[in-house]
Amino acid sequence: MTLPNLDLPPLLPEIILIGMALLLLVVDMAARFRDARAEGSLMAGLTFASVLIAAGATAAGIGGGDASVAGVVLVDDLSRYLNLVVLLAAGLSVLLAWAYVPQFSRESSSFYALVLLATAGMMFMGKSVELITLFVSLEILSVSLYILTGFNRHQLASAEGALKYFLLGAFSSGFFLYGLALFYVQTGSTQLAEIAAQDSGGVLLLIGLGLLLVGFFFKLAGVPFHMWAPDAYQGAPTPVTGFMSVATKAAAFIALFRVLAAVPGVPVEVWGWAVAIVAVLTMTWGNFAALRQKSLKRMLAYSSIAHAGYMMTGLVAGTDALNAILYYLFAYAFMNIGAFAVAAMLERPTPNAPQDATIDAARGLFDRRPALATAMAIFMLSLTGIPPLVGFFGKLYVFGAAVSAGWAWLAVVGMLNSVVSAYYYLRVVVVMFMAPEDETSYVRSRIPAGAGTAIAVAVTGVLLMGLLATPVFVELGRAVIALR
Amino acid sequence: MLSFAWIILVFPALGLLINWIFGKRMGKSYIALVASAAVFASFLTAVGLAAGLAALPADARAVTVPLWSWIHIGDFQVDFALLIDPLSVVMALVVTGVGFIIHWYAATYMLVDDHHRELSLRMYGRFFIYLNFFILMMLTLVLANNYLQLYVGWEGVGVASYLLISFWFYKPSAADAGKKAFIVNRVGDFGMALAIMWLFFLFGKEAGSLAFADIFHAAEGAGAAAAGAMTGITLLLLLAATGKSAQIPLFVWLPDAMEGPTPVSALIHAATMVTAGVYMIARSHPLFEMAPTTMAVVAWIGALTALMAASIAIVQTDLKRILAYSTISQLGYMFLGVGVGAFTAGIFHLMTHAFFKALLFLTAGSVMHAMHGELNIDLMGGLKQKMPKTYWQFLIGAAALAGFPLLAGFWSKDAILYEAFLKSPLLWGVGIFTALLTAFYSFRAVFRAFHGDPRSEHAEHAHEQSPGMTFPLWFLVIGSLFAGLLGLPALFGEHVNVLGNWLAPVFADLEGEVHGSEGLELTLFLVSSGVALLGIFIAYARYIPEWGWAKALQRLFSRLQPVLENKYCVDEIYMAAIVNPLRRLAEGFYQLGDGCIIEGIVNGVGAVTVRAGGYVARMQTGVLGMYALSFFVGVVLVLLWFLLFVT
Repeated sequence: MTLPNLDLPPLLPEIILIGMALLLLVVDMAARFRDARAEGSLMAGLTFASVLIAAGATAAGIGGGDASVAGVVLVDDLSRYLNLVVLLAAGLSVLLAWAYVPQFSRESSSFYALVLLATAGMMFMGKSVELITLFVSLEILSVSLYILTGFNRHQLASAEGALKYFLLGAFSSGFFLYGLALFYVQTGSTQLAEIAAQDSGGVLLLIGLGLLLVGFFFKLAGVPFHMWAPDAYQGAPTPVTGFMSVATKAAAFIALFRVLAAVPGVPVEVWGWAVAIVAVLTMTWGNFAALRQKSLKRMLAYSSIAHAGYMMTGLVAGTDALNAILYYLFAYAFMNIGAFAVAAMLERPTPNAPQDATIDAARGLFDRRPALATAMAIFMLSLTGIPPLVGFFGKLYVFGAAVSAGWAWLAVVGMLNSVVSAYYYLRVVVVMFMAPEDETSYVRSRIPAGAGTAIAVAVTGVLLMGLLATPVFVELGRAVIALR
Repeated sequence: MLSFAWIILVFPALGLLINWIFGKRMGKSYIALVASAAVFASFLTAVGLAAGLAALPADARAVTVPLWSWIHIGDFQVDFALLIDPLSVVMALVVTGVGFIIHWYAATYMLVDDHHRELSLRMYGRFFIYLNFFILMMLTLVLANNYLQLYVGWEGVGVASYLLISFWFYKPSAADAGKKAFIVNRVGDFGMALAIMWLFFLFGKEAGSLAFADIFHAAEGAGAAAAGAMTGITLLLLLAATGKSAQIPLFVWLPDAMEGPTPVSALIHAATMVTAGVYMIARSHPLFEMAPTTMAVVAWIGALTALMAASIAIVQTDLKRILAYSTISQLGYMFLGVGVGAFTAGIFHLMTHAFFKALLFLTAGSVMHAMHGELNIDLMGGLKQKMPKTYWQFLIGAAALAGFPLLAGFWSKDAILYEAFLKSPLLWGVGIFTALLTAFYSFRAVFRAFHGDPRSEHAEHAHEQSPGMTFPLWFLVIGSLFAGLLGLPALFGEHVNVLGNWLAPVFADLEGEVHGSEGLELTLFLVSSGVALLGIFIAYARYIPEWGWAKALQRLFSRLQPVLENKYCVDEIYMAAIVNPLRRLAEGFYQLGDGCIIEGIVNGVGAVTVRAGGYVARMQTGVLGMYALSFFVGVVLVLLWFLLFVT
């Protein structure tokens, strides 16, 4: 048996995460903990440290050229920026989970090990240039997320969300795998580069691409493949919701880009229109369904569907819009996880698990906790797309790319959708600042340090990335220039 | 070293952040220390910038320090960048220098509230946060290198001004005054926004940005073709300036703004913010030079505002209101200066005025504290013996304001009047008559408040304020006495005008200024001195020995008194001519347009949308089979779509 000649250093960030995941499980077996809180803090601390180190290792590599490992993964600047998005989402979520998980679970080690594995899976997914690797990394992250969604065993909604996510996920994986097989049948290869080289636009490739798209749409929660999302997002522990709503999308978008770039024989009109129609359905459905929600978390879940729709708008513009989508992903990581973090602070604890927060829980929040309410208002305004916050520039770049690529009508639909979304985002602001406090209002009496830090970092990100929009955008553009 | 200019903005930003986050745990002395130290550090930075600039050759003294490019879309580019040139450095020095002294003074002054009860820690911290925020925004304004950034600062100081005027927000009069200032300023700001849009529309493509240098270059290139538009643009800019700098027709907010704590009146409504209009016109001088009509309008607005405000000031009895009208009047002089093309003289007066007017306001604050909040000069008298330090400080400030020969205000006012005379003797006539009124009302305040016998219980028991308030003022006294020496007229030699030489590179593009003969200059110099002394003498004659002829003189003008005391009824006229009709119009629109048509449409669309949302949400049944069905339908549709292209 011969092992392929592996050049591992470029994969250092992933190796760090996986190593830490294993270490956490070992430590859990070896050590005895006083209580869930002590265990949770240690595990969260170790996880957070490994995320920071992985991010540092990634950042140090930016601009360092491309490296291919065994021909199945490609470490380029695009994948490095994806690493940063995913690690940012993971880092913020770990901070939020720090005091959150011990509330309902004594198995922090498995929780964080799964978060790390999911993160590594996402990072691999973004750099896969071979279809089997792509599928395996997709499954690594999916399986981890199924378990994380149902991690709160005391809560029925959590288990329900996980089960639905799992069953439909299996359904979707089947289609994905079938599409992958058709690719192989048509071209005799699973390497994206080789597929691109001999792509003649055959019928099997066309159907294969359709099936792969279905798999991606499922992960991106595109309508009509989105039905799992509201239940899973609402049922999952809030830090997990924040994490998967951002990081999964990021990985799926980048992987989808690589696949679409590998099928030059399939005309843009074919997949472009499919994506455009799904984008319109997704944002419209997400926004309209969000209008009537009473649960803050479910409202944010639908809002997350809508944002996937906005990002798909950029997808149709092709590789020219890649930096716009990357920018949007960073923006979305800050504002969305920030919003979920605030939502977590409004959850009333019960003996078993925190209760889902309603929008009314935020009544009079400004009077009680002005800083928290201000932060939430910033997130809501940014999600709406109000300048000079980061959400505005995200939409500006994505819609701008769509317009330059000749999809102006799609950008118009996106803008109209933003108007609809203003209703439910601003309702939160109105409730926080203008509604008097009553018995439905609730906010934790003490904000845990981890969650507080996550919120502060998110606010800083939303403000700073808005102020530094052009430099960031230009830098991201440099990263993706190689793909054009 | 100029590339580190941005730290001048970092200090006040840090100061306000520290006080915001940790203020509640720090205690009052540390709050004041942090806020003052931040401004002092900015002041030192400004000194460093001046030194760095001086080290460069004169024609290279305009350094752009780019911070970052903010928005870059097509032809539209907005950068954050600082323009370090002699003009902006002078402004930064005034803002941070005078600002620091006022922070220092306020540290003691603000220990008590408007009713002489101890001020809560929370309010105290809030005050200094606002004050630092103001400094930050003012520096953003004067250091901006483009119109949009200037606009950011312009709006920012407006917000700071609003917050500080209504600082005693529980007092309805203070809350109203804040609103009035904000709304009146909005009228001007609207002009500014329109002017910027117009500039972008005309020159955006050519200039590629809204940076001053690019815009001026493009405007020069357009030449006479853009003359009409240039008149429009500069008039809009002038509207903005009349709002911020309280000139006719938008001056009405400033007297009411005296509801704010006295350090605020000194800092924002005398020394710095209100001069932003003058600065903006001086900064935009290449545009104004292309619009002679606007220049004439600027000069006449300045002259008439100076006269009108001074005439109101002579009958006011509220000490702070006298100073407020005096500020409007002095700002009028600055407008007169820049209007006749004497930009250096205008900026010179801006600088000297910052010293003596801040001094006057702060001493008025000391008097106010001593008098337990009483500001009516009719109820004062005899304070000279009770508060000697304050007396001397006020006296020097008043003398500088009155144009007492050789003090700061004398030189700068004289420089403006001289240039005005060269342009139009009529403008000079208005100016010199105003100077007479100025000397009179300044010393009326001195004699009524400090001389004679105490006329009330409070005046009887007044006492000197603590060194925390009296000591910082000596620095302003020095400025009021000697700042004039920075701008000596050509009469004393070719190169004695330090400020003029310093600012020369900024205004180098102006056509050679007309110079009168030395004899003329000397004559006007003597006339100015004589007028100032005459005004002071009349005030003396009227209020100290109360000579019969002086009283007779007053009776001569007594017919005017009701008009002046009612401030020419401008507020009432605006109320009747603008505010009320607007309200009625708005009411009409609201009833008809908004109530029936727009609300109908909006609510209709909204109701339909929300109801649609309900249906959409109901599709989410929670039944797994339903979910799988939806998924499957999706798969079929996608595959059908792709197969459509196979054939």
